[in-house]
Amino acid sequence: MAHPRPERHEGERRTRFTVSSEVARVGEVVEMVVAWCSEHGPLGKTARFRLCTVVAEAVANAIIYGNDHDPERLVTIELTCLGDRVVVGVLDEGQGYLPEQVPDPTLEECLENTCGRGLYMIRHLADHVAFNAEGNAIWMTLPRC
Amino acid sequence: MPFHATREATGVTVITVEGQLIVANRQELKEMIGTALERGDRKFVLDFGPTSYIDSSGLGALVSINKKVREAGGELRLAALNDDLRSLFELTKLDTLFSISDSAAGALAGF
Repeated sequence: MAHPRPERHEGERRTRFTVSSEVARVGEVVEMVVAWCSEHGPLGKTARFRLCTVVAEAVANAIIYGNDHDPERLVTIELTCLGDRVVVGVLDEGQGYLPEQVPDPTLEECLENTCGRGLYMIRHLADHVAFNAEGNAIWMTLPRC
Repeated sequence: MPFHATREATGVTVITVEGQLIVANRQELKEMIGTALERGDRKFVLDFGPTSYIDSSGLGALVSINKKVREAGGELRLAALNDDLRSLFELTKLDTLFSISDSAAGALAGF
């Protein structure tokens, strides 16, 4: 699989930061992402909702499943703003997983499950989703409006 | 604190969810409703009027709370989901599991 990190384009803005693997930090990361994206252009109401939701999902997955709650391991967030799109990358230090093996949470027998909806939500709320070959990094492309 | 509980004269507990319901705070909501169940409360309305987003852990917590309330012979209703949140419930088909009202007042009136 080709590395899905976005190619560089003229006029784009990029930043990158890391956080320790503590679920208490998920809300803070979401706020940082929204604040940085808002500095580089307007975010529509639904776009903000989608951005908040997918970032919370991806960061929580990285902390819980990727880094196994180990605060010594870091989660890296990469942000790219380009025109009317935002690309969010979330990378962890775990072994990765096979995203195609996650069952559809909307199947009747899965509806009352208390977990397993995160990736499904990301796939439906982001315009484009890509993983690295190891399965420990995800890039999500979202519209600004 | 993102959760504010009030008890109506009719015995319905209304909990307002401010900001977000996510992996970092879902346990707090589960404990709040667990405590209310222990003291005998059986009717609950979760008011999502001031809620900006809910992650999958938050949705999972709602599924878990709904089961617990049902098993205790009670009822949980969700209210005032904005358009984005309602779409999320439809996307995950959780709108088929929950009683959802347009407003907290509407949910209370139905009890």
